[in-house]
Amino acid sequence: MSTAALYNDQGAAEAAVEAGQETTPTSSSSGAAFGLFSTDFKKNEDLKEMLESNKESLKLEAMKRIVQLISKGKNASELFPAIVKNVASKNIELKKLVYVYLVRYAEEQQDLALLSISTFQRALKDPNQFIRASALRVLSSIRVPIIVPIMMLAIKEAAADLSPYVRKTSAHAIQKLHSLDPDQKEQLIEVIEKLLKDKSTLVAGSVVMAFEEVCPDRIDLIHKNYRKLCNLLVDVEEWGQVVIINMLTRYARTQFLNPNINESLLEEGSGGEKMFYGSDEDEDEDEKEKKAEAAAIAKRKPYVMDPDHRLLLRNTKPLLQSRNAAVVMAVAQLYFHLAPKAEVGVIAKALVRLLRSHSEVQFVVLQNVATMTIKRRGMFEPYLKSFYIRSTDPTQIKVLKLEVLTNLANETNISTILREFQTYIKSMDKDFVAATIQAIGRCATNIGEVRDTCLNGLVQLLSNRDELVVAESVVVIKKLLQMQPEKHSDIIKHMAKLTDNIQVPMARASILWLIGEYCEHVPRIAPDVLRKMAKSFTNEEDIVKLQIINLAAKLYLTNSKQTKLLTQYVLNLAKYDQNYDIRDRARFVRQLIVPTEKSGALSKYAKKLFLALKPAPVLESPFKDRDHFQLGSLSHLLNAKAGGYQELPEWPEAAPDPSVRNVEVKESVPEWTKCSSREKRKEKKVEKPFYSDSEGESGPTESADSESDSASTTDSASASVSEESESGLESESEEESETEEEEEDKKEKKNQKKEPKKPVQESESEQSSEEEDRKPEKRSKKLKSDSESDSVEDEGSESESSPSESEDFESEAVVTKKKKAAESKPPSKSVRKEEKKEKKEMSLLDLDDFEPTPSPQVTPVNTLLSNSLATDLEGLSLSDSILSPATIIPSGALKNYELLHRITGEGLSVEYCFSRQPFSPDANMVAVQLQFTNNSTSDTKNLHMEDVRLQSGMRVKEFPEIELLPAGEMTSAVMGIDFCDSTQAANFQLCSHTKKFFVSIQPPVGELMRPVFLTENEFKKEQGQLMGMNEITEKLTLDVKCRNEHAIVQRVTTAANLSRVPCGSDKECSPPVPPPDYPVHRFAGRTVTSSSLVLVTVATREEGAAQLMVNCEKMVIGTMLVKDILLALTQ
Amino acid sequence: MEQQLDGQKPVQKASPEMIHSLFLINHSGDIFLEKHWKSVISRSVCDYFFEAKEKAEDPENVPPVLQTPHHYLISIYRGKLFFLSVVQTEVPPLFVIEFLHRVADTFQEYFGECSESVIKDNVVIVYELLEEMLDNGFPLATESNVLKEMIRPPTILRSVVNTLTGGSNVGDTLPTGQLSIIPWRRAGVKYTNNEAYFDVIEEIDAIVDKSGTTVFAEIQGVIEACVRLSGMPDLTLSFMNPRLLDDMSFHPCVRFKRWEAERVLSFIPPDGNFRLMSYHVSSQNLVAIPVYVKQNISFLETGSCGRLEITIGPKQTMGKMVEALMATIHMPKSVLSVSLTASQGSYTYDITTKILIWDIGRLNPQKLPNLRGSLSMQTGVPKPEENPSINIDLKIQQLAISGLKVSRLDMYGEKYKPFKGVKYLTKAGKFQVRT
Repeated sequence: MSTAALYNDQGAAEAAVEAGQETTPTSSSSGAAFGLFSTDFKKNEDLKEMLESNKESLKLEAMKRIVQLISKGKNASELFPAIVKNVASKNIELKKLVYVYLVRYAEEQQDLALLSISTFQRALKDPNQFIRASALRVLSSIRVPIIVPIMMLAIKEAAADLSPYVRKTSAHAIQKLHSLDPDQKEQLIEVIEKLLKDKSTLVAGSVVMAFEEVCPDRIDLIHKNYRKLCNLLVDVEEWGQVVIINMLTRYARTQFLNPNINESLLEEGSGGEKMFYGSDEDEDEDEKEKKAEAAAIAKRKPYVMDPDHRLLLRNTKPLLQSRNAAVVMAVAQLYFHLAPKAEVGVIAKALVRLLRSHSEVQFVVLQNVATMTIKRRGMFEPYLKSFYIRSTDPTQIKVLKLEVLTNLANETNISTILREFQTYIKSMDKDFVAATIQAIGRCATNIGEVRDTCLNGLVQLLSNRDELVVAESVVVIKKLLQMQPEKHSDIIKHMAKLTDNIQVPMARASILWLIGEYCEHVPRIAPDVLRKMAKSFTNEEDIVKLQIINLAAKLYLTNSKQTKLLTQYVLNLAKYDQNYDIRDRARFVRQLIVPTEKSGALSKYAKKLFLALKPAPVLESPFKDRDHFQLGSLSHLLNAKAGGYQELPEWPEAAPDPSVRNVEVKESVPEWTKCSSREKRKEKKVEKPFYSDSEGESGPTESADSESDSASTTDSASASVSEESESGLESESEEESETEEEEEDKKEKKNQKKEPKKPVQESESEQSSEEEDRKPEKRSKKLKSDSESDSVEDEGSESESSPSESEDFESEAVVTKKKKAAESKPPSKSVRKEEKKEKKEMSLLDLDDFEPTPSPQVTPVNTLLSNSLATDLEGLSLSDSILSPATIIPSGALKNYELLHRITGEGLSVEYCFSRQPFSPDANMVAVQLQFTNNSTSDTKNLHMEDVRLQSGMRVKEFPEIELLPAGEMTSAVMGIDFCDSTQAANFQLCSHTKKFFVSIQPPVGELMRPVFLTENEFKKEQGQLMGMNEITEKLTLDVKCRNEHAIVQRVTTAANLSRVPCGSDKECSPPVPPPDYPVHRFAGRTVTSSSLVLVTVATREEGAAQLMVNCEKMVIGTMLVKDILLALTQ
Repeated sequence: MEQQLDGQKPVQKASPEMIHSLFLINHSGDIFLEKHWKSVISRSVCDYFFEAKEKAEDPENVPPVLQTPHHYLISIYRGKLFFLSVVQTEVPPLFVIEFLHRVADTFQEYFGECSESVIKDNVVIVYELLEEMLDNGFPLATESNVLKEMIRPPTILRSVVNTLTGGSNVGDTLPTGQLSIIPWRRAGVKYTNNEAYFDVIEEIDAIVDKSGTTVFAEIQGVIEACVRLSGMPDLTLSFMNPRLLDDMSFHPCVRFKRWEAERVLSFIPPDGNFRLMSYHVSSQNLVAIPVYVKQNISFLETGSCGRLEITIGPKQTMGKMVEALMATIHMPKSVLSVSLTASQGSYTYDITTKILIWDIGRLNPQKLPNLRGSLSMQTGVPKPEENPSINIDLKIQQLAISGLKVSRLDMYGEKYKPFKGVKYLTKAGKFQVRT
């Protein structure tokens, strides 16, 4: 049966031949096609003989010929028995070719194919990973249903293989098995779940691919792997990146809030386009209410981006620089669908770059750009000229570019665009000219100011020699005139004259329609036109005839004196026309307009029927509303849903619980307060049918609250800051509730607090502990000791002696704790735990599958920095010891400065801080984050900057105007200032709709630089070049609290935006050396504007004495920096 | 018809793989190679493509994505060949297009060209390559370095030896790159002469209007590298003026974070030739236009002739010599023949394609090249509406027109001293003069 089916598959003619000649396999006609073998019948016998022979070379030669046959689409199935014997050949090339054959024909020769299976089963156990992988590849490609159980087993085994390459292959095999036997879905999902936890970059892309094919709706499997996937993304191979990014786009749409929610609210007023009750139908009533409530709160609150949402945006951005167009497009669509409006702009540049690529790439990119330009015109405006058309572009590209240009047209650039269009109209490519005229028409309808200009231009085109051009112009002019006919009777007259010359039916019809419609504007010409038309009626095309009848009818109704006879003549002609539509129309019109005794009530309304006011047509882009398809997808390109397309979900009204993604982090990050409180809440969900009041609020609302309290920023970097503060708050609430809770709860909590310390590798353990967390404390203690011993093993040094950065965090944690509530456990215990967890994380770095996860407790700058460091160092193939976290410095929380006091600001207060983020619009600027709080009772509108007064050379990039700041709300914005490497203040006026305030921003010298990464050697070399005048040395005595390495690093990096130079990196391979007694700390940075190096050295001596040295070309900066750091260290 | 196969299985949703089949089709529309990664799809599916091809006239105008009742066809046109892939389900079109180009690139690299004859000659290697590049429709190994370890490119010597000894194209070792964290480089590279060459090649894209004003100009640059270094060298390439670069894309080997922070290219290079980065110097910066074109092309209203005169002279050449200067003009259909005199170089006019090519060579600033003469037109046809635009080709050695300069190349991780070299070249990209 299968054979027959496959034959059918081969194309009718061939199939018939083949099927009829089982014994004489190939017909002479196909034999002729591959010339080399004139009589194919014999050759196939030859091939068999060659395959039977003992000589490898003969066999190989035979296989090569067979592959040639296959490549030409010829049937070689009868050779199967002879070939399958060679599956175990030692010759690798022969073997590979046999595999090729096997995969192609196994399905039709199932029984024989089974002979080969044992070979593969053996190979699956081979010590060589490559052989294991290739065996699995072929085994899973053989589409024989009988071996499904064997495949299943093989996949499961391979998924646990030590080699990531084999695991990758197993991920591929999952899809194959699933398509062969969909009943295996459940089992396969288990394997996918397991592979999703894999930390190898090799596996990630393939398993997500399998996920997308097998169970794309099981979004819950992604939660725990979300952060890992985000962090691995950069290192995944390019094809995998595309798949992961597309999947994460969908994921983010279900898990996060719309970052543009506030804007869309402003735009839409009520903004109630989305349903309140989302997909979770089965939720009970109360929960729904809560949800709606939460959504309402979220609407009123300023939007705060989920840190995980930010993580995704941040980690995908570098991929815009990929050489792979598909990756760039994937990131672009992710930004388009997920990023706040203000940030989407970054993708424009990358997409424009793709326009230099192959024409197929251009074609797809332009389609997507066309869709984007409708929604976000602004972001492509700077690149207007990149869409200019060259005469050598293929027509389909030209038309698309034209579409983009048209979408980009606005009041300011229209004159440039029209000038450009003028050159296009002269093109030799007539299809393109027609498209250009359409485009002009659209510009004219959209932009009122140029309507007349366009119209005049188009009228000029009416005298063009090319009839196509004229015809297209007429059609467009007709549409334009409909908008304001009364002004343009002369144009109508002009067009009436054209009827003598123009022959294109559509154009003639359009002119006639126009004259009929506006006959009162041209009362004298219209009857004359009708006269001419009546004359030529019989020779006209059908659409023209219909319009002649229309014109006659309209004239008869308005000017029956002059046209009565003409109309009757025309109607008589039409009565005997060959086309029944025309006969019909004539009959109908006659009944309607010529009053007779029989004519019914309708004829009274004839005038109203014919001369009703017709709405002007709207000239729309064909790309309008295409964005409901995920950009970059096949469905978007075709503007039709393709098979297997996954809809891009609408944003949820209220964000689902963000803690579902925590599990992984919980293990590696010592944010125990947060974890435990969240864990706890989650548990209670299970226990109780309804939320109690105190816990009903969903995550995001809370985070919004804490955000405003802590006066931190909404920017990417602050994500972790907010998390910290959030956790603080949560712990508070938790404490409150705790007093009411049973003793049992406390126990639970203890359990959970220990959970985080379990070894990361043991993924199951966390589940088991969740199940068993009701068990008494004993178990958790045991676990704890387990993890302790683990960490000691991994790290190989005592936890106490290691100079850990956690100390700093730990002290903070202690403070919070003391402040917030009286904990049942002594703080010291938690401190110890803290430390160990930290160490746990360090030990992670020693693993092969090193994952450069920036731990969220590291503060903003360093998240970036550590990440880059990690990847850099990884690439440098240095031993992991250099990655010792001493290189990753947490700087203190960002310091806030006051810009406008609440009193002077009459209720408006503004604070600013230097966010230490690269300011993306201009790398030479320092990013300043402004935090506006409206303490008054009335709304503040149109917050913006004016009257910027600067020292020469300085520049300011204003923050985008804040349209509305409701009473009691706060919001933030980022502006950039180029301070020209000076500490001169930037003065400007802060204006609201009613008031103006003079304010100024003065940077501390430490903020005028950005961190750079130098190795110790590079540092020393650079230092050597900055001697003499450029070197400033100062002796000092360190503050008592500031004598350990950590505190020094902390204080210096707080005082100045510098990065730590890893010490000992020149001794590449040595294991971590115990720190010298009097360590030297080095920091490096560059000034933001001039990129001059700033090198800081703090050399400690005995008894807290130290020497501070600053090397910088800019002496003023150097001197000031010395003062600042001195102050920071001595206090 | 091809659905019958699916019919025999109880439940069959659309097959999940991304790229189902590949057909290679030559200019005249013959399918000369097919490869299926799963079940066989009849080549009759290509009929939809042929229909579209017929309609489009110009192969460049064939829509890259076509929809048929059961399949989607995604194709590229490279070197007079169509690479047509069949997909059945949603897949990012660029994913397939990019992959097909990667396949074409690989053929190019293996066989020196990507043409029908060469593919037919090496069909076994092609098949082996395709087998490795795609597993179940999902790209597996697309790095040419990795592929070359698995399947050796053909050389004359090896093909002779192979036929004598029955040796194979297939490498018998495990490709190291595929498994390491740097998949683009294999382990154990050894050279006696260690050398690293970088070519900075810039192309000027410009549209110059009739009056000589620049409508639009930008510079597209690439850095092509040829690195033959032993071991695992870690290179750092820095520029004198990296701020010039407006937008760039990198080979995966480049550490993006380092670039962000310090504007240096830090990377462990692949072995051999590769494109390190491509970049863009935006039109905001003033782009130097190396030549000016004075032209006068007119078609007379009466009579059947036209006149043409073109002079090209140096504009901003930074004191360098303009070489390989060439002007290409797509004449209107009604121009039957030309009779011109070139003061320098030679010209050809192809009557069928209506393309006039004037090959000038080196531009001599003392004696400007000039082409003048008459065009004879078809009678009875109205004169062409538009004057044809002139496409300019040129080369300037030892100059990157944007002013980009490599300042130094440092190597870490290996002891030897490599030989280093940087070359600059400016070319005209899509350089068009409207007339």
